[in-house]
Amino acid sequence: MARSRRLAAGALASAGARMLAPAGARVLARRRARRAGADPRPGRWQVVTVAAPPEQVLPAGRWPEPLRRLDGAVEVWARPAPGGRGTELAVRPLGGECALPGFAAHLVGDDPGRFLRQVLRQTKQLLETGEVLLADRSPLDRPGAAP
Amino acid sequence: MRALCWAGAGLVEVRRVPDPELRNAQDMIVRVRRSTTCGADLPLLAGRVPEASAGEVLGREFLGDVVEVGPEVRRHRVADRVVVGAAVACGACWFCRQAMPACCDNGTGGVAAEPQWGQPPAGGYGRPARLGGFAGGHAEYVRVPYADVGAFAVPESVSDERAVFAAGAAPAGWYGAELGEVAPGDVVAVWGAGAVGQLTADAAVARGADRVVVVDDRDDRLRMVTGHDGVEALNHRYVDVLAELRERSGGRGPDVCVDASGVTAAGPGRWPAVEPDGGAALREAVHACRKGGVVVVLDARPGFVDRFPLGAFADKGLAVRAARRRGGAAIPALLERMARDELVTEHLATHRMPLERGAEGYALFRDRADGCVRVVFTP
Repeated sequence: MARSRRLAAGALASAGARMLAPAGARVLARRRARRAGADPRPGRWQVVTVAAPPEQVLPAGRWPEPLRRLDGAVEVWARPAPGGRGTELAVRPLGGECALPGFAAHLVGDDPGRFLRQVLRQTKQLLETGEVLLADRSPLDRPGAAP
Repeated sequence: MRALCWAGAGLVEVRRVPDPELRNAQDMIVRVRRSTTCGADLPLLAGRVPEASAGEVLGREFLGDVVEVGPEVRRHRVADRVVVGAAVACGACWFCRQAMPACCDNGTGGVAAEPQWGQPPAGGYGRPARLGGFAGGHAEYVRVPYADVGAFAVPESVSDERAVFAAGAAPAGWYGAELGEVAPGDVVAVWGAGAVGQLTADAAVARGADRVVVVDDRDDRLRMVTGHDGVEALNHRYVDVLAELRERSGGRGPDVCVDASGVTAAGPGRWPAVEPDGGAALREAVHACRKGGVVVVLDARPGFVDRFPLGAFADKGLAVRAARRRGGAAIPALLERMARDELVTEHLATHRMPLERGAEGYALFRDRADGCVRVVFTP
């Protein structure tokens, strides 16, 4: 991850500040020392590759929806993906450690990693297809629908 | 509407469920004309898919008439007769752009469970909602997401019974030959004489293979192979398959070996799924394949397989490729072949039934009884 961060910083420096949100973005400011045996999940970056160039992913440096709603709660970086694959978009929570260890947090639905993966996935879908693909509603969610 | 639903381990039944609705602007609603059983349903039916919920509508492969379109649908209109590809794919992500829609990043709906290997495949019909799947086509109506990408107009001259196989089985078979890079003069061996295996053999012949051999343990299916495809058949209950294949390939071994044996309903009934026969077909394919050849694994498979012959794989310098489903990219060309009678599939519909007999049809299909290859339902 340390190598990725250096690459990210380099890419960002060369691509210019327009790739990052001017407000709320925290550009790789900290390097968190990894403790031996510690769960790395709370500090781990969640990353997706969006099949679009950086200027479409972060137009005028603004975060895309629905990621924008997390402004102030997460830090973000982006860089061009190699091989013309688009843009690598990464996010992780600000504020350090999760109150619960990883699996316990997952069980009680308080796993920031899982939540951020979902937000990133929706962001990617919206950018690539123009919509977030919704699941079918179950009969329980449609009490008025006659079978 | 009426729909064939999963009702618990070993149980399917026709229930009344709400009609599907447009959920996204690129959706459309199709009134189903025909749907067919699929081997990938069998683990779910047997209760080996823990994400399944009772009441979910089955059916991965279907065709029908468009009855409603979302505002962003451009290629289809109400009353079009369409076949719908088994994979739900967006057409816009990197994988779709690389002609790998079965690996689509955006094809699952809602908060889908992430598989153990971390990267969800394309979405699919008749798959559990917890895996990001959508209600299936064994129903009167079905919602089709990304309609412009996954649905294709059926030429007027192609019958429903033929075209329904363009949804999944024919694209899978054609993809098997494509992944194996079957070329003129090749010897090709295919394990599994179900619909996908038979259509893989068809595709190998169409690509100019010199010799195509299908391996199975069902005489009725093997008779169908030799009768319809003009290829050779081996019943592995009676013959030494490895010796036969060596003899029929000049001692080299087949250039391309395709494992289209799929999955069975039997199994240990535990999770994660472990292939009950230890991947015998795949193991035999690796041992049979010539040095430097290609082994292709097709269609849905269980989570793990034991005793993979890594030594033979490495010593022979084999390439192994796999695909769970093809996606829609090949469907227009297959429909054109069907319209020219170059691809005939209706014989695979060994049983045709109204949807109300869905439980009976799936029992036949599961047990491979009465010569059953596929059951085609009419809602």
